[in-house]
Amino acid sequence: MNSKIMELNKVEVWDGNMAATQAMRQADIDVVAAYPITPSTPVVENYATFHANGYIDGEFVMVESEHAAMSGCVGAAAAGGRVATATSSQGLALMVEVLYQASGMRLPMVLNIVNRALASPLNVNGDHSDLYLTRDSGWISLCTFSPQEVYDMNLCAFKIGEHMDVRLPVIVNQDGFLSSHTAQNIYPLQDKEACDFVGEYKPLNAMLDFSRPVTHGVQTEEDWHFEHKAKQHDALMNSTKVIAEVFAEFEKLSGRKYNFVESYKMEDAEIAIVVLGTTYESAQLAVDKMREEGIKAGVVAIRVFRPFPLKEVSDMLQNVKAVACMDRSAPGGSVGALYNEISGALFNSPARPLLSNIIYGLGGRDMTIGVLCDIYRDLDAEAKAGKLNGSIQRFVGVRGPELKYYKV
Amino acid sequence: MSKSIHDMGWDELVLGAAVHSFKEEIDYNPSQVLPENRDYAETNSKYKYVGDWRVFKPVWNTDLCIHCQFCWLYCPDTSILSREKKMIGFDYDHCKGCGICQEVCPTNPKSIIMFTEQTEEEEALNQWPEKKGSK
Repeated sequence: MNSKIMELNKVEVWDGNMAATQAMRQADIDVVAAYPITPSTPVVENYATFHANGYIDGEFVMVESEHAAMSGCVGAAAAGGRVATATSSQGLALMVEVLYQASGMRLPMVLNIVNRALASPLNVNGDHSDLYLTRDSGWISLCTFSPQEVYDMNLCAFKIGEHMDVRLPVIVNQDGFLSSHTAQNIYPLQDKEACDFVGEYKPLNAMLDFSRPVTHGVQTEEDWHFEHKAKQHDALMNSTKVIAEVFAEFEKLSGRKYNFVESYKMEDAEIAIVVLGTTYESAQLAVDKMREEGIKAGVVAIRVFRPFPLKEVSDMLQNVKAVACMDRSAPGGSVGALYNEISGALFNSPARPLLSNIIYGLGGRDMTIGVLCDIYRDLDAEAKAGKLNGSIQRFVGVRGPELKYYKV
Repeated sequence: MSKSIHDMGWDELVLGAAVHSFKEEIDYNPSQVLPENRDYAETNSKYKYVGDWRVFKPVWNTDLCIHCQFCWLYCPDTSILSREKKMIGFDYDHCKGCGICQEVCPTNPKSIIMFTEQTEEEEALNQWPEKKGSK
């Protein structure tokens, strides 16, 4: 634990960025190497302030780019320290090369991604194009829908990634501005409680262990590369066991329960949307409105994006007639990522709901409860008609003529 | 390491492709122990032949060498073999032929000169240049 303790109130008013920083402070990190970028800047800024005020015993390294930030984290993790950083959008894009190094070298660390659109055109607001950019990077990827969850998932992230059966880096996603700059009531743990939960860092094959000199970041060709990627994938797939254990332990400590897939009123739902991020909370209000109109709506949100909870999400959608998979990212010439994942999850199950793909909210375009209600009404009409209304994919909330693709 | 890495499946490898230098933990300072007496692991680059990366090879003229150890100090691949502060030759299994040893050699003419890989040592020594400068 850091030598200087910060007394916290039972309820604090923090935005998502401060929630991330407070969890990082409590986790007793050895090295944070970071380069600020909107909207994650305050994570780094707050951390630097805590460091300057003596609340952080570890090192804080200002580097010259995000590529250097992640490289610094990789170096410090290989040396045998607990490390973390934060970024968004273009910064994440510059980091991507090193993201693959971190996961391939099996170095636990925590990366807060405050989700923001990727240019061009340049845009600082929230969408999930950066989240999707990390899809195949081999990191565990956790999604949050509010500042409280950002705090909670950060503490869990260290514990999950550092577990000896996992040893993988972990991303904690939150929506730019909608979560990162929205102050809400947060129920934090006190420093000792949080630090004890995360636990002491256990190095593995540390470069600073002089009794066991080691080389990290080696070259393998066709002779060993495949085996190492297999081992890495196996660790990622089997991390579900540790994730479930950590979520259970956190529930005992905080009373807050987390699942691989979160849902609202899915028990008797006939139509559903599947979302990521803060849209989950808006959708719950839309679901309540729909229920007043007699439409049995529900919402499903992915908490653990990687490893993808294929079975859990499939189980949740077995009894619905129509599902809209909502992707907040330009799909780049195909259906959205979430549509692909959900289709894949359902294909080997008995359920055959009508499955559509909605592209929405790009560059921070607002997704209102009213628009969500319209989406539910459309889904309800499709469910009653027993077929999709003309196409698989459509854009919602964009000005101009209607955009629809993949006619059915 | 009881089992050779060549007999290992994905599940048996060291995670993250971390490569340990020695077979076991060491309780000595390896710089105080000669390389031939160190208990290197199978995966140590010591046992990896990379001599075929070389196009030009260094040739050593023992008549001219003053054993200043510059080449030993500057070689980026520790491929200059030296014992008791005397040069004894090259580690041609690991030398990549970068030519730094020739560059830093202070004698006139040079005691180390780069020749094409296929040049025989005797042939190389026969072609050795004369002393340059003051006549």
